[in-house]
Amino acid sequence: MSKPPRYPIEVLRRLDAPAPVRVSGRLTSRADGFVQLRGATGAIWVECAGEAPMGSWVTASGEWNGERVLAGRLQILNAPRVPFPQPDGDWARLQDADGRRAGYLRGRALILREIRRFFDERAFVEVQTPAMVPSPGLDLHLDAFPVAGAEPARYLATSPEYQMKRLLAGGLPRIYQLGPAFRRGERGTHHEPCFSMLEWYRAFHGSVDLMNDTEELVAAVARGCSSGSLVIEVDGTHVNLTPPWERLTVEQAFQRYAGVSAQRLAQDEDAFFRVLVEQVEPQLGRLRPAFLTAYPASMASLARLDPKNTAIADRFEAYVAGIELCNGFGELIDPVEQRERLTRDQATRRARGLPVYPIDERFLGALEEGMPPAGGNALGVDRLVMFLLGADSIADVVAIPDSML
Amino acid sequence: MYETSDIKKNLKVLIDGQPCAVVWHQFVKPGKGQAFTRTKLKNMITGNTMDRTFKSGEKLAPADLEERTMQYLYADGDGRVFMDTGTYDQITLSNEQLGETAFFLLDGTEVSILLFEGNPIGVTPPNFVVLEVKETEPGFKGDTSSNTTKPAICETGFTVNVPLFVEEGDKLKIDTRTGSYVERSKG
Repeated sequence: MSKPPRYPIEVLRRLDAPAPVRVSGRLTSRADGFVQLRGATGAIWVECAGEAPMGSWVTASGEWNGERVLAGRLQILNAPRVPFPQPDGDWARLQDADGRRAGYLRGRALILREIRRFFDERAFVEVQTPAMVPSPGLDLHLDAFPVAGAEPARYLATSPEYQMKRLLAGGLPRIYQLGPAFRRGERGTHHEPCFSMLEWYRAFHGSVDLMNDTEELVAAVARGCSSGSLVIEVDGTHVNLTPPWERLTVEQAFQRYAGVSAQRLAQDEDAFFRVLVEQVEPQLGRLRPAFLTAYPASMASLARLDPKNTAIADRFEAYVAGIELCNGFGELIDPVEQRERLTRDQATRRARGLPVYPIDERFLGALEEGMPPAGGNALGVDRLVMFLLGADSIADVVAIPDSML
Repeated sequence: MYETSDIKKNLKVLIDGQPCAVVWHQFVKPGKGQAFTRTKLKNMITGNTMDRTFKSGEKLAPADLEERTMQYLYADGDGRVFMDTGTYDQITLSNEQLGETAFFLLDGTEVSILLFEGNPIGVTPPNFVVLEVKETEPGFKGDTSSNTTKPAICETGFTVNVPLFVEEGDKLKIDTRTGSYVERSKG
């Protein structure tokens, strides 16, 4: 006698009854001569006389009656060696609360697909630059993980910026990358030491175009993912993602929400960031996302200075419900100024007792040979996923958070 | 000393000389900027909450807190006297400090006393205590299935709502966290 066909649980549910069937899943519940099997996206009850330990992976064969599988026989494929479910196990983490986190991972996969679709439709080339790099960047507030045993010295990249700019200089004018970035000491509701970054560059375009890209991208992805809604809820706040988003300069934001001048405050880095964190950021992007633009020149990072006003850097960030989503630049392409900034950052790092990372000479070499003027943006993918799926923390939407490794 | 990375819910720290418990915290790091930990802190003496933002790397002093299990001995004027059964140390808490907890004290009741720099700032009674009813209206036979309740005054002066079948002299199990009747205690 041949075996009945095997169906995924969700397919089985639509099958005409009666029908001989086989179905596989995990035994998660037991009641009145029935056992419950849980599969990828659902659960089903199977009548069963035999014994199988809780948590076993089983194949059941029996007769589908339109609601349950009757007269089932269980074949145990693998049984747990410890009590099931383990409170800190992967099953509990992913399947808790009707498979909430497993659902987030499915939603995340759709979002990644929509991101790629957005860029592919606009003729961007997806690139993958190395995660291990000779210089992780000299940004004063980013710490990197050195790679033990690397020869010559390597660090895990805090962002793929240097390498992507080399590709621009090499003649790829539209590129994007989706991949991991690593930052030491960053841990919290919206931070993981290893997180996913989306970074893209457009030659011959500036920060205004990159802001347009950003709002169009987020709206397109929101439309394409499960709920399809452009209104999201973050910590009880409803944010409408429909473009155009609000745009305000750092100076306007500081005046409006803290009643102080950002330009004046920027002399004292500590005071600037304290006001930004306590008073300004929580107010940004509450009804619709907001772009903060025109940063003080001292916070230019790798952005060019505004050609019309060198006290201002051509840099922007987007905020959603007070949470930073991305950081973009009209890119600095002048190799002399770039070397000056990196040398100055090295000196400041040395003076503050921070690790002093090397200058990436290949990156500077690319600027010297000439990189096209370009805009670039780096966006926190885990935060975007968290927003679109309505999760509470990025630990809920990554496959495995660092704390569970 | 604690580092900002040690901050977690319920961590007890010393702020402006006052013991405070962390009730909410969030790591924030504006783009290309310094990292901070924003917190909401509850003053453990006054109960007031406040916002504080700590720069990463800033040190926080732990609050010198000690929790001791002590036994209630007797009332003394405006206060109640407790004893540590291990060291025989005695402590007097005022009725004001005790608040409603005073209603749950019988000879020998063990409570948990929170000390800040050696001084008592809080007291937690056991989750359940058994108190005898001193005064209540007589119940009505045959009406025990209804939801109707009546007040009963216990030996400590505590008033609790009880089912109608409860009589004077009954011993009642009381949940001290909610101040509510649980059941009639056997024996």
